[in-house]
Amino acid sequence: MDFDYLIIGNSSGGIGGAEAIRKYDKKGTLAIISDEPVHTYSRALIPYYLKGNITYDKLYYRPSNFYNKNNIQTFLGKKIIKLDVKSRAIILEDGESLNFKELLIASGGVPFVPPIKGLNQNNYFTFTSVDDANKIKDKIESGHIQKAVVLGGGLIGLLAAEALSSFNIEVSVVELAERVLIKVLDNISSKICEEILEENGIRVITGHTISEVINNPDDPDKIDKIILDNNEKLDCDLLIIAIGVRPRLDFLKDTEININRGIVVDNHMQTNIPGIYACGDCAEIYDFILDIKKLTPLWPTAYIGGMIAGFNMAGHNKEFTMGMNMNSMKFFGIPVMSGGLIEKPDDGNYEVLTRYEPENMIYKKIILKDNIVKGIISVNSIDRTGIIIGLMRNNIDVSSFKAHLMSDDFDLIYFPREIRNEIFTGRLL
Amino acid sequence: MKRIQINEDVCIGCRLCEVWCIVAHSKSKDIIKAFKQEKPRPIAMIRVQEDIPISFGAQCRHCPEPICVFSCISGALYIDENGIVLHNSKKCVGCWTCILVCPYGAIMRNEDEKTALKCDFCMEQGTPSCVEHCPNEGLTLVEVSENGF
Ligand SMILES: Cc1cc2nc3c(=O)[nH]c(=O)nc-3n(C[C@H](O)[C@H](O)[C@H](O)COP(=O)(O)OP(=O)(O)OC[C@H]3O[C@@H](n4cnc5c(N)ncnc54)[C@H](O)[C@@H]3O)c2cc1C
Repeated sequence: MDFDYLIIGNSSGGIGGAEAIRKYDKKGTLAIISDEPVHTYSRALIPYYLKGNITYDKLYYRPSNFYNKNNIQTFLGKKIIKLDVKSRAIILEDGESLNFKELLIASGGVPFVPPIKGLNQNNYFTFTSVDDANKIKDKIESGHIQKAVVLGGGLIGLLAAEALSSFNIEVSVVELAERVLIKVLDNISSKICEEILEENGIRVITGHTISEVINNPDDPDKIDKIILDNNEKLDCDLLIIAIGVRPRLDFLKDTEININRGIVVDNHMQTNIPGIYACGDCAEIYDFILDIKKLTPLWPTAYIGGMIAGFNMAGHNKEFTMGMNMNSMKFFGIPVMSGGLIEKPDDGNYEVLTRYEPENMIYKKIILKDNIVKGIISVNSIDRTGIIIGLMRNNIDVSSFKAHLMSDDFDLIYFPREIRNEIFTGRLL
Repeated sequence: MKRIQINEDVCIGCRLCEVWCIVAHSKSKDIIKAFKQEKPRPIAMIRVQEDIPISFGAQCRHCPEPICVFSCISGALYIDENGIVLHNSKKCVGCWTCILVCPYGAIMRNEDEKTALKCDFCMEQGTPSCVEHCPNEGLTLVEVSENGF
């Protein structure tokens, strides 16, 4: 079958691409392929779903008539095993081949599972898809799960831990680094998060990892105990491995597509092969704060990257230059945000503003370089954080209103009038 | 396409825009009932900012390329046929990603519902209530191009 546009991936990046293409080209033939046999849904919502905060239908990212309305053909539950760059085709597991003029690869990531003694295909769970969430749900509903261990103290691990604890399961999080959320928070803010978790009954074990999994002698798919690298033994009825997600690139093996840690793209989100684009968790995105290309596995980054790719695929020149590390998290209701730098680099002219009120669990830190904001962390005082992120994006000198930056009521009123005028007329940001 | 223009030179900080926003989003649409009887009282989706002598009311700009919509992890935020940025609170999980990315600080938190809240341009009644009731033309409706102001 021939298509003008093919999109690999039915998630944030893929939908971003499809919606952008359809903004300019309503007629060109367009298909989305995914090996997940479900309508487009948000994997970032699976913690809410596992917990029972939302029902299954709320996972859907777009209304049920989305594909129809946008004239999109779908191949769901179909796995791609190969990309043939020369003949411009992708090959499905069932042998079918689909030809394209323009291709967007938004294949996302796969959870990384390290080799651990005693681990087998069936005795642990990962937590990155609705299928994973359903399996964990089934396991919890089917039996007596009293104790669970989560390997990995990053965002996904902690969200899994919080969800499990809502079932009255005793949860331990095991993190090899000296603190949780080490990639997205600084020392103080990650300690606050650890406190929140511990106060809610989750045990946080840092500086350690799992060295062995001991299975039930009668049932190798059932774990009895977890042994840590310090020989501590943890009782365990359910193990979740959440130490990270890696780009899913298996079907690109032996192609000429340039791959570093993820697919290498230019600012148009195009790979080294003309007409083949990539975005989202599988690609390396330009980070304007760090001035490098790097994996930036975030929902908004995937969507916007896909959208930029889609515009270019449909012939509208657009660049993505605003990628950055940013996170909005919530642990037991306490909101936590970070964007850009989390620590002051050793070199250069950096300034750090901090405000810490342990009794209110409030923490705020802003990192500046030559009066330009380069990073923010805010715990439990998150309203209007986007204004600060906007200052970062627009490289705005904050010297005239620096004194207000850290306060809870920081707002546009403190901006110099010229800048505010530009903002209100949409010429900035 | 119409958008709300903020005219800070003439704003006197009377906060009627906030008051009428609350009324417009109340069940009764009646100022006394909305304030005295409705529980929870609706939250104003426009915010008057003040640093004497300057003041102005500011609400969602309904950006032509709304980063909140692009960033929303649940699909609760969307652009309607008229280019207005709307929020479906039934789909919102309160992850606050929109608050992380909105450069105007225009998205609020409904703490009771744990969902986001934003200006809906009073789509049901035509002219936005804040504009209609501003005594000083501190907020006016202006015609803009597809790309904004
Ligand atoms: C539990 C959890 C919570 C998260 N919370 C947040 C959050 O709060 N905020 C945030 O910004 N981010 C969050 N994320 C990250 C966010 O979900 C990802 O960054 C985002 O999903 C990336 O989108 P994507 O389109 O790049 O890829 P993915 O969402 O991974 O989708 C990839 C798609 O490609 C398809 N695919 C891949 N390879 C093939 C193949 N060979 N054949 C067929 N189909 C294929 C898959 O089936 C899938 O449809 C969270 C992630 C998880 C797991």
